Amino acid sequence: MGLEIVKETEEDRLMTLSVGPQHPGSGHFRFTIKVDGDYVVYCDPDPGYVHRGEEKMCEYRNFIQNIPHLERPVIHDSTNITYSYSLAVEELTNIQVPLRGQYIRALASELNRQVYTLYWLGIYGIFLGHSTMFMWPVGDRELFIDLLEALTGARVTHAYNIPGGVRNDMPEGFKDRCLRQVAYFEKRLVEYEDIFYNNPLFRQRTEGVGILTKEDAIKLGVTGSVLRASGIPFDVRKAEPYDIYNEIDFKVQYMKTGDSFARSMVPFLDMRESCQIIRTLLDKMPQSGEVRAKLQPNPKGPAGESYKRVESGRGALGYYIVSDGTPKPYRVKLSVGSFRNILALPYLLIGSKLADMPSIYWSLNYWPVEADR
Amino acid sequence: MSSNQSNTQNGSEQKEKVSESAQTSLSKKTETITPEFESSIVNQLVTRFTDKVVQVVYVRPGRTKILVPPNEIVQVATFLKDTLKFDHAESVSGTDYPKDNQIEVIYHLSSYSDEKLSSHVLALSTRVDRNDSRMPTLIDVFKSTEYHERETFEMLGVYFEGHPRNERFLLPEDWADIPPLRKEFRIKGR
Repeated sequence: MGLEIVKETEEDRLMTLSVGPQHPGSGHFRFTIKVDGDYVVYCDPDPGYVHRGEEKMCEYRNFIQNIPHLERPVIHDSTNITYSYSLAVEELTNIQVPLRGQYIRALASELNRQVYTLYWLGIYGIFLGHSTMFMWPVGDRELFIDLLEALTGARVTHAYNIPGGVRNDMPEGFKDRCLRQVAYFEKRLVEYEDIFYNNPLFRQRTEGVGILTKEDAIKLGVTGSVLRASGIPFDVRKAEPYDIYNEIDFKVQYMKTGDSFARSMVPFLDMRESCQIIRTLLDKMPQSGEVRAKLQPNPKGPAGESYKRVESGRGALGYYIVSDGTPKPYRVKLSVGSFRNILALPYLLIGSKLADMPSIYWSLNYWPVEADR
Repeated sequence: MSSNQSNTQNGSEQKEKVSESAQTSLSKKTETITPEFESSIVNQLVTRFTDKVVQVVYVRPGRTKILVPPNEIVQVATFLKDTLKFDHAESVSGTDYPKDNQIEVIYHLSSYSDEKLSSHVLALSTRVDRNDSRMPTLIDVFKSTEYHERETFEMLGVYFEGHPRNERFLLPEDWADIPPLRKEFRIKGR
């Protein structure tokens, strides 16, 4: 019996790695990759580890009861995830929101977007080995959490938006406090830029990495900062203004390179623009008036359907609600930015180096819990 | 609850079986509000495909919904993409209608490349038989539907013919029950 010579095949050279769900660099999300030496040749996302059946749960509760559990998919952005839900329910049940309510709602969603973006920036920083960029945003996030606590009564899960407006009015002296903290935060943003975005090490690890071209961004249907980093200035607040956003003057922030650096820079530019929007909102807001419309105890409307979207921290966030005329929705579908953006992950990872995986994955602004719903 | 004038056409599509011709439903709409741009889109569709294929469910400002048979959906989607410049799908969802013994699959399409369309969402819907729920995939027309269709497959049991992976996505691999978004699936204890 002679020795058999086994030739190395292509398959033998590949190593399969499972990234997540326990891996701290993935969140509650798993993707399988195969590497050939340093290069990723295969990637298969496998979400669902935090799937909670939000859409099914909605069918068992009435329109108002649904609000608290619908913000669980992304508690750091809980005002935005209930915003489009409220808009859709308002259309179904014919509720008009008072003007002051619209302004406060927009203000809360801007503040909440800052909270989310800072949290995301902290994670992005730490996974690129920049621990200062973890400490600073997570610390500065408290500025906005405190503001939201004063506004809504809760630090993270506010349940502030309801169909018809917001739950309660602004507290006394909120405007001054908000302006003061936003002014401080803008100074901090300059420091962020110096220490992080102008850091040569950070730029080396992100510039030219994971390029998503404009054509592919359109084809894959990505949204939010991923889309705007690829040179498409699409923002729901501008494209289809909801509530009072058509009266707010702001620029849609976008970049053209489509690499990881652009995808990390666009949320930063958004934060800066958002500070301006907060100022405008506080300035233009009517000084008094109702903040919510009077609701029936169990609001319901005629049978019909509604699709509404807002710009959240992760891009367009849409709700498709079908009502059969009862106080409970017949079907609720969440179309979330995270779920849409993850389609770009295999596309960007395949062909890139394994070492670039964190900088690509986290630049997609992916929130696993939101994607799983 | 205050009154609103813009919702008279609130098409309850499970009862009001969309049998009226596209023309009548359009003229009904124009009495209240005149979304001209939206009407022009559906008019182009109806002219190209006749009102037997493309049934207009509603036309509202920024939102239109059409219903097409499953076997024509690829042609309609191709026309929407190539001629009307809808370039991506925002969401794909399904609604179960046990009374009609049908499942409605809805594609919400929008556009990044055409600025005029950016405020517009077109709902392309189709209805499949509940007991033999299969329809052709739109993945070749809209790549962005890939994961959405996979989700619709596992949540509603609609088999997308031609989709490379009609497999579990969000549900556990050992899920051994009916698709959870069908109406006969009940949450335990409710």
